[in-house]
Amino acid sequence: MDRFLFLTFDGLSRGAVYAAFALALVLIWRAARIVNFAQGAMAVATAYVAYSVADATGSYWIGFLVAVVAGLLLGAGVERVVMRFVDHSSPLNGVVVALGLVLIIQGVLGMIYGNEFRPAAAPFSRDAFEIGGVALLSRYDLFVFGAVGAVVVLLTLLFTRTPTGLRMRAAAFAPDVSRLLGVPVGGMLTLGWALAAAVGSLAGMLVIPTELGLHPTAMDIVFISAFTAAVLGGLDSPIGAVLGGLIVGLLLSYISGYLGATVAPMAVLALLVVVLLSRPDGLFARSKARTA
Amino acid sequence: MTALQDRTRTRAAHKAQARLNPYLVIAAGAVVVVALTYMLPPFRTYQLATVGAYLCVTAGLTVLTGLNGQLSLGHGALMATGAYTLALWQNKFNLLLPGILVAIVVTTAVGAVIGLAAARLRGPYLAGLTLAVAVVVPSITSTFDETFNSDQGLSVILNPPPDSMTVEQWQAWVCWGGALLTVLALALLTRGRFGRDMRAVRDDETAARLAGVSVARTQVLAFVVSAACAGLAGALFAVIAQSVSPGAFPLTLSLFLLMAIVIGGLGRLSGALIGAVLLVALPAVAHEIGEAAGSQRLEGNLALTFFGVVLVVVMLAAPGGLASLRIPFKKKGH
Repeated sequence: MDRFLFLTFDGLSRGAVYAAFALALVLIWRAARIVNFAQGAMAVATAYVAYSVADATGSYWIGFLVAVVAGLLLGAGVERVVMRFVDHSSPLNGVVVALGLVLIIQGVLGMIYGNEFRPAAAPFSRDAFEIGGVALLSRYDLFVFGAVGAVVVLLTLLFTRTPTGLRMRAAAFAPDVSRLLGVPVGGMLTLGWALAAAVGSLAGMLVIPTELGLHPTAMDIVFISAFTAAVLGGLDSPIGAVLGGLIVGLLLSYISGYLGATVAPMAVLALLVVVLLSRPDGLFARSKARTA
Repeated sequence: MTALQDRTRTRAAHKAQARLNPYLVIAAGAVVVVALTYMLPPFRTYQLATVGAYLCVTAGLTVLTGLNGQLSLGHGALMATGAYTLALWQNKFNLLLPGILVAIVVTTAVGAVIGLAAARLRGPYLAGLTLAVAVVVPSITSTFDETFNSDQGLSVILNPPPDSMTVEQWQAWVCWGGALLTVLALALLTRGRFGRDMRAVRDDETAARLAGVSVARTQVLAFVVSAACAGLAGALFAVIAQSVSPGAFPLTLSLFLLMAIVIGGLGRLSGALIGAVLLVALPAVAHEIGEAAGSQRLEGNLALTFFGVVLVVVMLAAPGGLASLRIPFKKKGH
């Protein structure tokens, strides 16, 4: 039972990160109907920058801030320079271009930083507190919950309570009508990419210290888990992405805990296959299936 | 006209192919390869063998993606399946030809499972699933480390080649034998009814269904065919390297394969050949640049970056790929 509780909290902590990363995927999907397969590589790139800054300044928090800002810039840059010019008549084109970006980012990172794992320090202790003799949560887990919670609240406020959020939704939902009404649709798209990439960077900063450390391919398996979470939530729904993230996190935690860590990747694949074949619109879908 | 689909060119390409007799092309290719194996120094012959092995998988993949419109990022993992099957077989029985056939059969079976799932998925969902396959499958070697020996992988027992030829020559003959047979089979397969069905499904599923084409069957069949090609390629790579390890089949391999067929021009077997040549030539060039600069970091990553840049630029600027630049089909064996 103790072990079960520990794994539950561990799973929720992992799940929160997957939720944030899935949220980033959903943001871009809603704005541009593209699954950003470069999200993981982009997050790793900003994490490398962040840890370089943190090493140079001696402050993790400056690095953390730099990661988020770098995410904003990278996201906006990718949209402005590359994605805007992709021919969207076939959904595969965006995917292929994103995969090209993955190769570029991983190659450049490897050239600058090398292909070894670099240690990435966590800002808080990862030793779990004991509550009633049971190890449950670490300070770092609390930090993860706080950061992801803040992101979810801020995004919700942005999209439901601000004029900018309304414009972003309008631009995504009905681009032509929005343009006629004076909404800068292109600008909203750039903003959507920037926000999504920043959320992705934040998720990367949260997850990298809990894994093996910095590596150009460090986010590959995280991306798969987050993609599974986003599909579980229906790709279109931010709430679905958060719930999907938590479900995937819990499941992975139980499976790693009871069956061994090497089984976890296969479990993600199995879950993805089951979800895609049984509920391709996600568990929480309201709308009709999209074949895009 | 979309980038990943050469609809408007289908007719022209079909006509051009119809004029070429595939048997003659294959025979000419075989002559060129054999001649090259006697002319080239050992290392170049080894590279030639690698091009042949790559050609098997790029040819299969270009049929799947270019003619049938299904994007697969999982072919690196399918190659791993073929390679490991051959390694396990060889270490038990040491009979190469049946071993290669078994590798193809096993990979085909795995491909059928993925293909059955893939036929129900579209666009980013299919890409995501196959991406997951590419990332997860190499990690299976750690899960069942008693069979697959984890990250170290397995060595492949092979009989020495006949006395009259060098190891490299033998490798080149084996690989190109497989590659030319693959290309011949695919050329014959795609010009008949099956090829028409695949194009019909790619261009408009509803119209294809109305015309009596079974969409799901065509898609699964296309995936199975290309999986078989990937299995053969994997087995040939195991023969060339005489070992298999998960590190040889990373996600980037699958992305490289995609890059090769996109650059070569989707849906054309000549494009698959250009792609296969690039897959060998570009890393070699990057290696030399890296050595000249004295930087080990540069070597592998320069190729990676270059592939990425080329992939993005081609997708944005010339979606038809290099094969649309009227490079003659017979340029084999370079």
